Amino acid sequence: MNKRLLHWSLWIIGLLGLLLVITMFSLSVGSSKIPFMKIIPLLFDNQETTEKIILLNIRIPRIILGIAIGGALSISGVILQGLFRNPLVEPYTLGISGGAALGVCINIICKLNHLSVATLPISGFIGAMVVVLLTYSLGMKKGILKIQGLLLTGVMISFIATSLVMLLMAMSSSQNLQGIIFWIMGSLDEPDWILISIMLVSSAAGLIIAYFFYTDLNALALGEEEARHLGINVERTKKSLFLIASILTGVSVSVGGVIGFVGLAVPHVVRLFFGSDHRIVLIASYLVGACFLVVCDTLARTVIAPLELPVGVITGIVGGIIFVYALLKSNRNV
Amino acid sequence: MLEFSNLTCGYDSGFFLKDISFNVKDKDFVGIIGANGSGKTTLLKSVTKLVKIRKGTIFFENKNIQELDFKQISRKIAVVSQRPEVSFKIRVEEFVLLGRIPYIEKWQFIETNQDREIVYRAMEETDTLDLRNRLVDSLSGGERQLVVLARALAQQPRLLLLDEPTNHLDIGHQIKMLDLIKKINRENGLTVIIILHDLNLASEYCDKLILLDKGLMYKTGTPNEVLTYENIEAVYKTPVLVEKNPISSKPYVLLVSKEEIDKRNG
Repeated sequence: MNKRLLHWSLWIIGLLGLLLVITMFSLSVGSSKIPFMKIIPLLFDNQETTEKIILLNIRIPRIILGIAIGGALSISGVILQGLFRNPLVEPYTLGISGGAALGVCINIICKLNHLSVATLPISGFIGAMVVVLLTYSLGMKKGILKIQGLLLTGVMISFIATSLVMLLMAMSSSQNLQGIIFWIMGSLDEPDWILISIMLVSSAAGLIIAYFFYTDLNALALGEEEARHLGINVERTKKSLFLIASILTGVSVSVGGVIGFVGLAVPHVVRLFFGSDHRIVLIASYLVGACFLVVCDTLARTVIAPLELPVGVITGIVGGIIFVYALLKSNRNV
Repeated sequence: MLEFSNLTCGYDSGFFLKDISFNVKDKDFVGIIGANGSGKTTLLKSVTKLVKIRKGTIFFENKNIQELDFKQISRKIAVVSQRPEVSFKIRVEEFVLLGRIPYIEKWQFIETNQDREIVYRAMEETDTLDLRNRLVDSLSGGERQLVVLARALAQQPRLLLLDEPTNHLDIGHQIKMLDLIKKINRENGLTVIIILHDLNLASEYCDKLILLDKGLMYKTGTPNEVLTYENIEAVYKTPVLVEKNPISSKPYVLLVSKEEIDKRNG
């Protein structure tokens, strides 16, 4: 068997194992502690105990959402960093988060959320997609997607959206303000199974579709011209990848709010360890992102329990420290 | 093998190559020379469809290049670009493996053993097998060019296009690189089109030369026919002496500084 394939498979199994351990840990800790050993028997028990309800209705949905969003944001980061050949690009650079925040902001101020809470993610998604389409059409020139131009317009649109959000916040009542701020800071507290399923399905689909583009991503690392010389249909690839990354980010932001740093740091750290081949980078980023977000969310709900910290704050602090550490370590090795 | 027929192509910004007609035969070693901005790179790019063709056609193995898609082209034509950038960490072996991308099918996840064999052979031919575990960005300029050449050979092309591959190399590495390309050309029957700035290297290695001037074809033919002082002075706007290389008896271009010419003329 191919040595590299074996090496990769072992790593993937290792990361899956890590994710399982983290999941079990996250299931057991919280305001009511459930011992490790009791978790599995509890779930298959026919009795409706309080502990089973806590697991099924509170902890399991959060963990699933953490895995789906952590994975989605990470591969979105991998795709965009590969597409732009720029390690500083992340899913939110192109204004997707700004657009979603603006959508939610308008929703809260217009009190649409009083009709149904489900309108929040919908308006977030609409906001995100409006920004994506705007960036995309401004980046298009004679049928060619200008990557560097796309980046600049994306950053500018992001600024505009963020400023508009601040403007709306400055003019809104304190009650609305709290709703907006909490949404922006991100949270995995989402009881609606329909939304969780949508998130899980799009995240898994994103990973699978991204794999159809692994040669394209590997070739694009050499630059657009070189990729063409290797037989890649660069224009089609750029458009498809941009679309995949946008939808993944849009859905994630709409469901979980603005959870920063995952899409920037995870692909980076994964590349430091696994190199630049997207066959391993994609799946490893997905798994590392999932582990990372579940850990951060567990911290967020336990550190100052019974109060809860916004998970975006934890991802920023924990992720930032790990990131700097990884960079320092890799510099020393070179 | 490759035929330019009344080709006019160029960029929206205004630069155009006009009325290029030229025929490259199988196993030819063709050099493109000309001053900066004369359209040498544009001519190469037209072959791989990187610039838009406005008029005329390019035929590759009797097929119109416009009718071939990028994948089909990449299995037949490989390109060694000018100063290729590698800004990420990748080992030499993996880098050369990227040359097999044209042969990877949509559903294929891992390279076949045949792919690996071809990659090893390409590294052997370019004398880069010992470098296979090094990182590409840790290589010297000369080594890196060889690795890029290995990747191009891994594409198993029929036609190899090179854009100033000896730029920034010392004379030792220049000769090593060109000797290698020549050997591949002679032994494997690979057709080569190469852009060279150094007229003496072009004279020494190429069977045929294309001299471009401001987007037009100024002269084509053997080095003896193209590298005359009249042609060179007309295109490069600088006085030169053309002698014969005592060993290869190919034309040899000598440059003289303005000060010396002024001294001579009193």
